[in-house]
Amino acid sequence: MASRDDIKFLSNPNIGQKRKKYCRFKRYGIKYVDYKNPEFLLQFVNEQGKILPRRITGNSLKYQRRVATAIKRARHLALLPYVADNLK
Amino acid sequence: MRNYEVTFIVDPVLSGDEIKATAQTYVDQLKQAGCEIVHVDEMGLRELAYPINKRSTGVYYCIEFRAADGSMIDPLELAMRRDERIMRFLTVKLDKYGVKFNEDKRKGLIGKKRQQQAQTDEEDKGQQAS
Repeated sequence: MASRDDIKFLSNPNIGQKRKKYCRFKRYGIKYVDYKNPEFLLQFVNEQGKILPRRITGNSLKYQRRVATAIKRARHLALLPYVADNLK
Repeated sequence: MRNYEVTFIVDPVLSGDEIKATAQTYVDQLKQAGCEIVHVDEMGLRELAYPINKRSTGVYYCIEFRAADGSMIDPLELAMRRDERIMRFLTVKLDKYGVKFNEDKRKGLIGKKRQQQAQTDEEDKGQQAS
């Protein structure tokens, strides 16, 4: 008869665990968010060109603010659209 | 000393020489105002994300310069507003990280640098774990 130790892993314990979000600017030491690089900023907007919230991107407050400013500057210079359909 | 950066879009309908002359007038204007031009970046013809003045493309220029104070910004922006060849412009004050970023970008460190830093981060973690 199986002991209790065997029964412990009958279901995968990793299911339902979420990967921890992190701020990529802090982790990779990026100090400046460039507004002239639309390809990079595209990671922080959704398909309609709206800025993604912090709870999805995982950015720290400091860098979320800078990303938001950079996106707004890029929009003014027509590097990113104000409104779009199927941006990605 | 302060570092500024002015990005503007020139009308693509003009001939190549006229576009260059347009950019040069602003470089000259800044020099006359006593600014030190750090770099003039020709980003070239790009497609606009939305039409401006019924144009769908534009020639992007970016001038990075250093000045003692911000007194020449107003005349510069006024000249750009009056200039019909300029479709859009944006003046930005650069912080120290922005200056460093632009320097590294010119040297071609950006892009590679991020990968290298990611690697060193991983190595650090490995050392800490062991």
